[in-house]
Amino acid sequence: MASIIEIQNLNKTYDSGFQALKHIDLDIHQGEIFALLGPNGAGKTTLISIICGIVNPTSGMVRADGYDILSEYRQARSKIGLVPQELSTDAFETVWATVNFSRGLFGKAPNPEHIEKVLRDLSLWEKRDSKIMMLSGGMKRRVMIAKALSHEPKILFLDEPTAGVDVELRREMWQMVRGLREQGVTIILTTHYIEEAEEMADRIGVINKGELMLVEGKTSLMQKLGKKELRLALREPLDAVPADLNDHSLALSEDGYELVYSFDSQQEHTGISELLRKLGEQGIDYKDLRTRESSLEDIFVNLVHSNDDTVAG
Amino acid sequence: MNYYSIRAIYLFEMARTWRTVLQSVATPVISTSLYFVVFGSAIGSRMVEIDGVSYGAFIIPGLIMLTLLMQSISNASFGIYMPKFSGTIYEVLSAPISYAEIVIGYVGAAATKSIILGVIILITARFFVDYHIDHPIWMFSFLVLTSITFSFLGFVIGIWADGFEKLQIVPMMIVTPLVFLGGTFYSIDMLPPFWQGVTLLNPVVYLVSGFRWSFYGLSDVHIAVSVAMTFGFLAVFLTLVWWIFKTGYKLKS
Repeated sequence: MASIIEIQNLNKTYDSGFQALKHIDLDIHQGEIFALLGPNGAGKTTLISIICGIVNPTSGMVRADGYDILSEYRQARSKIGLVPQELSTDAFETVWATVNFSRGLFGKAPNPEHIEKVLRDLSLWEKRDSKIMMLSGGMKRRVMIAKALSHEPKILFLDEPTAGVDVELRREMWQMVRGLREQGVTIILTTHYIEEAEEMADRIGVINKGELMLVEGKTSLMQKLGKKELRLALREPLDAVPADLNDHSLALSEDGYELVYSFDSQQEHTGISELLRKLGEQGIDYKDLRTRESSLEDIFVNLVHSNDDTVAG
Repeated sequence: MNYYSIRAIYLFEMARTWRTVLQSVATPVISTSLYFVVFGSAIGSRMVEIDGVSYGAFIIPGLIMLTLLMQSISNASFGIYMPKFSGTIYEVLSAPISYAEIVIGYVGAAATKSIILGVIILITARFFVDYHIDHPIWMFSFLVLTSITFSFLGFVIGIWADGFEKLQIVPMMIVTPLVFLGGTFYSIDMLPPFWQGVTLLNPVVYLVSGFRWSFYGLSDVHIAVSVAMTFGFLAVFLTLVWWIFKTGYKLKS
């Protein structure tokens, strides 16, 4: 698949000496929704800011739609729309004026029809003559998206797009993002809501302490790193996992009432039937059993924690 | 050249002026008119002429220069400081626009406002004082050049400032005293020789002198020196703006 953003050996060290990005190599595919996940201070916003021209890279190369972001910044930036994390708006401007300003700023001739379409798509048309300071937080967030879309970008960065947005509006925004993808716009989003990435992303990148830990298709990531668990609620508590069951990957809860069996659901033989048979042979009775699959959040937390442990070790 | 981008910044800034017309236009016009009433009509009528020019008419170039300097600095500094303050600067920095184009947009709008104000004050002065303009092209050239030059300074201040207080420091603490002591209300010939020498260290003297020459043919220093000094200021402030964008000072980390 063709890359619309190519990043090679990108580094960023701030004047304070803090190294925010370390040797980042990343390709974003045309037309995909790419979710960049990472804890606070991981380097997500720095990475986006460098691509968009707000922060200078220390070294490395970034191309947007084939254009170098430094030597061909005009062509590169004209392809990019950015919705920053902070709600930064011109409080005294009207919605119509500020969105048209953004289009002009990005070097595009006035196009009232396009602006009207963007505002209608974002349910802002009725508010076009309202001053931004009169709008709710959710509406302001939509205005920021409208500004980013005003110059018809091929690449859209959404930095925490649904932070502080209620559930209903969040779902509307997801719908809107999917609609943009259908129109051919490549979307790169950072989010704290793992559920958001799980719901929307085609591929996931995990960044921690300035290092890109992995980039993987969402489905394959969840297959590869996701675990499934079988939890058995016992009738009588156990003191320890019986020796005959040591071959199985079993864990016992502290109170001895629950046995947890982790298995790979992709394997043909999960070992469940054998385990249940052995439990019967041992006379271990259970009153309930249930399975649980790892969420993207579990995978993310495990990845980040294992990285932290490695660094600490 | 990215004309649409420059146009967007320019029109955005001009729209801010009209939205705050009382603060942007009416306030400086009213305060300058008060100078004309007090020093021109009231006190001026009891003062002797200076080199054949009535006192009320004599102070007109200096008062217009005072407004030009103050308004150019404050318009341009506020224009670039506000996006920094509100966070909307991200949009300008991420736009496909060169540094020169950003400066043309902001400085152009600030200078335009100052020129409009200068012309309004010139017209307003007619209601209080009789004056003439010997060299109208030179007068307008000084008006435009001074507005542009000090809008550059304002732009630099707006980038440097990290609070509203700093925005006011340079115009109030430095420019105002320099203008008042720079021959706005008197000819430096009226000072003792020692203070004449000291006054020549004040750069505003050269601006006021040149501007007054364009009105009445009177000047404290040769017109060529005034022109050279004005271009000298322009060169210094342009260099500062160039350095800011080259280094990303207080704009890009």
